[in-house]
Amino acid sequence: MMRARLRHRRHLLWNAALVHRLSGLALAIFLPLHFLALGLALQGAARLDGFLRWTDSWIVKFLEGGLVFLLTVHLLGGLRLLMIENLAWRGGQRQLAAVAAGISAVIAFVFLVRAL
Amino acid sequence: MNVRLYVWQRATAAVMVPLIAVHLAVIFYATRNGLTAVDILGRTRGSMAWGLFYSAFVVAAAIHASIGVRTILIEWSPLRAGSAGIFATLFGSLLLALGLLAVAAVVLP
Repeated sequence: MMRARLRHRRHLLWNAALVHRLSGLALAIFLPLHFLALGLALQGAARLDGFLRWTDSWIVKFLEGGLVFLLTVHLLGGLRLLMIENLAWRGGQRQLAAVAAGISAVIAFVFLVRAL
Repeated sequence: MNVRLYVWQRATAAVMVPLIAVHLAVIFYATRNGLTAVDILGRTRGSMAWGLFYSAFVVAAAIHASIGVRTILIEWSPLRAGSAGIFATLFGSLLLALGLLAVAAVVLP
């Protein structure tokens, strides 16, 4: 019975909705830190440069790649939602969601290759 | 989510679609040779265009994120709608204040 109740969670579009929500939540948590880092420029370029040098490590680059993925997948997932809600219905939503995740992964990978 | 919040969240989402696309392009451009404060501030300091662009981005993101956080809190936490609304409003206000401060930090000469 429990398994039947949770069956919808195996659906790709349920997972797409979950990814959209979790990526949005992660971006919301990241944003204040991002703004605080940029705000360091108020104390002069040297202060911002000091922070940027600290971020120049492969661990931070990987995290930045993850953020690029989150931003892109949230953008493309949100675009799919806006299209569903505002345009005429079109099939192939599972494929669209999969393509959105794939494009996001490729963009994040290209970012990482360039950054590392 | 009531209709008013729904419309605000979707409207800010639509506004942010081109803004995020441009921001992603800026991320790739800015990191092509590593990030330095001189590069960043050289592009943004005194630029009315970047100031308006990122101010609009911050306002839209603060509204969009706070409505999303409110929904998540109501659905995934024990908080009731009233408390979730208060938390989301405070969070949105924090984002707005920190965001506009960050824009001022990189744009004002």
